Amino acid sequence: MSPRPYIRASSTTGWWLAQPRYVRYMAREVSCVFIGAYTAVVVVGLLRLAEGAAAWVDFVNALQTPASVAFHALALGFALYHTATWFNVTPKAMPMQLGEVQVPGGVIIGAHYAGWAMVSALLLFLVGA
Amino acid sequence: MNERQIDLEILRYDPETDEQPSFQTYRVPCQEDWVVLDAVNYIKDELDRTLSYRWSCHMAVCGSCGVMINGEPMLSCKAFVRDLPDSIRIEPLANFPIERDLVVVMDDFMGKLQSVTPYLVARDEKSIDDGEHHQTPAQLKKFKPYTLCINCTLCYAACPQYAHDENFVGPAALALAHRYNLDSRDVGRAARADVVASNAGIWECSFVGACSEVCPHEVDPAAAIQQAKIAATMDYFLGWLRPGREP
Amino acid sequence: MARSHKPIVWSLFAAGGTFSAFVTPAMILVTGLALTLGLLPAEALAHERMLAVVQNPIGKGFVFLTVFLPAWHAAHRLRITAHDFGIRADGAVASVCYGLAMLATVTTAVALLRF
Repeated sequence: MSPRPYIRASSTTGWWLAQPRYVRYMAREVSCVFIGAYTAVVVVGLLRLAEGAAAWVDFVNALQTPASVAFHALALGFALYHTATWFNVTPKAMPMQLGEVQVPGGVIIGAHYAGWAMVSALLLFLVGA
Repeated sequence: MNERQIDLEILRYDPETDEQPSFQTYRVPCQEDWVVLDAVNYIKDELDRTLSYRWSCHMAVCGSCGVMINGEPMLSCKAFVRDLPDSIRIEPLANFPIERDLVVVMDDFMGKLQSVTPYLVARDEKSIDDGEHHQTPAQLKKFKPYTLCINCTLCYAACPQYAHDENFVGPAALALAHRYNLDSRDVGRAARADVVASNAGIWECSFVGACSEVCPHEVDPAAAIQQAKIAATMDYFLGWLRPGREP
Repeated sequence: MARSHKPIVWSLFAAGGTFSAFVTPAMILVTGLALTLGLLPAEALAHERMLAVVQNPIGKGFVFLTVFLPAWHAAHRLRITAHDFGIRADGAVASVCYGLAMLATVTTAVALLRF
């Protein structure tokens, strides 16, 4: 038995600043703030849509103000970071083994990006058409 | 062979005399091919016989020599001085109580290893005369990586969730549980679930992934835990649909 | 130790994370940036067009998922993030986070059903 073990205190708020890997982790986690905020924007848009054409036009105009554009640009950056980090860990959470061969992680990740590109292109096409 | 003068700044703590730990610096003439453990052994042999630390195999298979080297959990026998700067800060593994100098108290980890039923709960109880369990290479490959853990606890030192909550069962113990859950000969997932699928088990993990990054044997405990989350989630919902079903 | 009920929120987190990984970047581009950048004409987001989307069942379903899944994903992750930043009152944090997600879910469902 230890006569007098010493317990070191660790920071509860700034611990993640100590190493780049923790900073990247926190950036990934904080992406949820922007995804959540964007979701709130969508809900507000839906409510404005329900109020009628005038309210909707005001909403679309508000979307094009500098503050809104800045927010959406930041949100896009974080959303893309979420996409990249999510796809990168998919082979770890759901490994695929065919017989004795492990499907390479790169193949699984590549397939996800391909799917993402198709979904994004489809969305852009549907809105633009 | 070239020698390089390296300053090793080591956190010392004597429970019999010290109120708290403090750093002590030693200048060590290091050979090109040395690992940090060689430098620490030099200190013990030539400079300061009171320095306490764990080591054994000097080849990264026993898991004894884990320390923090410039803030990163590493095996001191695997950390080559040629990859490190002229000043090396060595501390005992983070998130564990310090017993003395670089020796940490491992009791919590030992208890957690035992708590996950870390042995085969066989589907068919066989006697020696019945012969061996059969397993194909493909079935072995599924769980093989998770058998490689050497219990060095670098993963616990790297894990921020373990730092925040010492109740967390932790990466190595959960990877070990996963090793058995994936084993085709084993039916013990239900027995392990009370610990593994508890709030202090897999659900404490937020997939930082630092554990897998510092693991010296590429066990990938982070992957094990995420796979366990998916399995536990399926067990949970299937348990609603079919009560009394053994996972 | 007892088996946790976390699978309920975690499955929503996982589904929402997957959905938002595939869909959210394009959605942000289309709704928040495309008009300003001139990638789409103003008519693309015209009132009648948007009404047509939310008045048909597939459109309703897609818009609902666009709110429901990312909302619960973000709520769960925000709960964890608060903990990571040192806020230890998990019960209170969880109530606020999931409460907001529930609010978004119900508001959206009601709004969509009325179109």
